[in-house]
Amino acid sequence: MRTLAELETVFDTPPSDDVAAVAEDLLRASEEVLEHWIVARGDTPTQDTREGFLLLALHRQGTKGDPSFNACRETAREVAYHYNLVTMQPGHSDITNRLQLMGLVSKHLYLFIAGKLQVAGLGEFCCSSKPIRTTQDYETTTPKEA
Amino acid sequence: MSTTKEKYKKVAYYPGCALEGTGHSYNRSTKAVGKALGLDLVEVKNWNCCGAMEVKNIDPKIQTYLSSRVMSTAANEMDMDVVMAPCNGCYHNLKKAEYDLKNDEESVEVVDRLSKKAGHKTYEAGQVETIHALDWIKDSIGEEGLKARVKNSLEGIKVANYYGCMYTRPRHIFPEKDQGPGSESTSKPHFMDDLLAAAGAENVDFPLKTACCGGAHTLSDSDMSTKLVLNILRAAKMSGAEVIATECPTCHSGLEMHQIRAEKNFGEKVDIKILYFTQLLGIALGLKQKKVGVHENVSD
Repeated sequence: MRTLAELETVFDTPPSDDVAAVAEDLLRASEEVLEHWIVARGDTPTQDTREGFLLLALHRQGTKGDPSFNACRETAREVAYHYNLVTMQPGHSDITNRLQLMGLVSKHLYLFIAGKLQVAGLGEFCCSSKPIRTTQDYETTTPKEA
Repeated sequence: MSTTKEKYKKVAYYPGCALEGTGHSYNRSTKAVGKALGLDLVEVKNWNCCGAMEVKNIDPKIQTYLSSRVMSTAANEMDMDVVMAPCNGCYHNLKKAEYDLKNDEESVEVVDRLSKKAGHKTYEAGQVETIHALDWIKDSIGEEGLKARVKNSLEGIKVANYYGCMYTRPRHIFPEKDQGPGSESTSKPHFMDDLLAAAGAENVDFPLKTACCGGAHTLSDSDMSTKLVLNILRAAKMSGAEVIATECPTCHSGLEMHQIRAEKNFGEKVDIKILYFTQLLGIALGLKQKKVGVHENVSD
């Protein structure tokens, strides 16, 4: 698994003539981003596929438990959709644009997940700051579970 | 029993804090569009913050209480049965409170205790229906009703509809969504697309319509927010859009401010206008740009 810093360069690589290879790289890099999240949570990334995609299986694995990355559902599906679009019609007149869009969608997945892992840590995710919730005791909170 | 169409013609209006600040033009344009469409908005009396992200992160049950108080006021003091919240954060929080009060006994107990302490009636799940501004217009006027009222078609304007993250997530707090034809979709929302298409706009196929704008981290991690926004702006531009339509004040100000920050800090200028969908609808209905607050936008 490549480091997050190495992965970022994949998303910023200009498209080449071999569109299928670029799409493959972007898909694999997106999978690795999700694998980073799952590993950081202490789990082993699945090797299953869903609808033919490891990416979608990894996403599904990541939605279970708390914190989850359910919020990436549409982004992950858009990566898979653009992958199909590029690889099934490599000669399409709009292929450059499609590939660039796949790059932007993949990069969003990276920024959303990897950014939070790098900067704030696993628990401080999106709008649900779990560490704060579980360490503070306010009037309404019930005794914490062991 | 009144139909949804009739029921939504007069609703309790909960603008929330953002619409009195950075989202002022959303407030202005929502009211102006409502008036132009003959819809009645009655502002919730003495409303309070919904708990936003900050309170929710510290103690989610205080957020549940704060949102419940807004719904209690609408139901018990104003005798209203629908609350319309145009802000995605407020809409999300009221829906979450409704869900919690229907499914979590501890939330019911906490809300009852705090309501008694505050001296108002406790909100009970089901007393009001919370809707978004998109539901309000879509279900009370509809596309055909809107088409009949358009005076200034948006024809030729290419729009990327950006819904943000809180309008559809998490799925379980929006039981009315994903109910087949006619209902809103949580994976591919389309109500804003439908309304703007009825007003003549050309919607582009935009792949990041529910992606995160980084709004929650705009101060704590500004560079990350700027990168997320930059990605959204680039994708909208690459999809062929000239305008990004929004229905969330946090997303709207994030897209505007980080567009400027992206140019300043990362040297990348993406020239795209950001407008609330209510501003676009207002213009289509023949309202002057100033009436819908276009001059208040940074990217006007």
